Amino acid sequence: MFTLSDTPIDADALKRLVNTQEAGAYVAFEGWVRNHNEGQAVTGLEYEAYEALAVKEGNKIIDEAQKFSILKAHCVHRTGALKIGDMAVMVVVTSAHRKEAFAACEFIIDEIKKRLPIWKRETYVDGSTSWVNCAHNHEAVHETAQASGAKS
Amino acid sequence: MEALAHLAAAESKTVRVDYFALLKEQRGLASENLETRSSTVLELYEELQKRHGFSLKHSSVAVALNDEFADWSEKLTERDKVVFIPPVAGG
Repeated sequence: MFTLSDTPIDADALKRLVNTQEAGAYVAFEGWVRNHNEGQAVTGLEYEAYEALAVKEGNKIIDEAQKFSILKAHCVHRTGALKIGDMAVMVVVTSAHRKEAFAACEFIIDEIKKRLPIWKRETYVDGSTSWVNCAHNHEAVHETAQASGAKS
Repeated sequence: MEALAHLAAAESKTVRVDYFALLKEQRGLASENLETRSSTVLELYEELQKRHGFSLKHSSVAVALNDEFADWSEKLTERDKVVFIPPVAGG
């Protein structure tokens, strides 16, 4: 399942959500807010989501990850204002063996970044702000749906 | 007949447009109902781009019609919900 959250992500609760006795492997990815991006010192950021479509597309991605023969998968993405070090996104996957869980976890976070209508506005030390991938990238071409290039 | 078909294509309709991120900033609001004679979502984007000076070319924007990703050639109908999607940056 995919969800959006405007409050801090509870990593332990997510881990319990995918826990099952058939699982021999649990893989988790946490994306954190770092203090710099493309050479600029970042002091904070804000995520905005087009909720109806983000949730729909996020759940489609989780469904697609079933091709790795996993047991359970879940992803939560934050919205709202975040500080340096805050968790922005978390993906959790369980499977019988580790290989499938690693592959599915990577697939999910890669697709989330590429396809979900979620935007990030960074605030810099001088107080200026910028929508990542929008301000300096007017010629960017959407892939399936969006531009690529963001790294977490 | 041809003239009638043309009139039908240019018929005015009311659609809802939601804006996010940079487009919301440049439009100055999050949502509006507007009357348009644009027949496709691409024409509507170009109409709004001209009016509000959106900096993003349509080639770097995606579009959703009624909460589903759509093609730029998709036709607009009365009461459609349109969302223009600037380059994303989730994760």
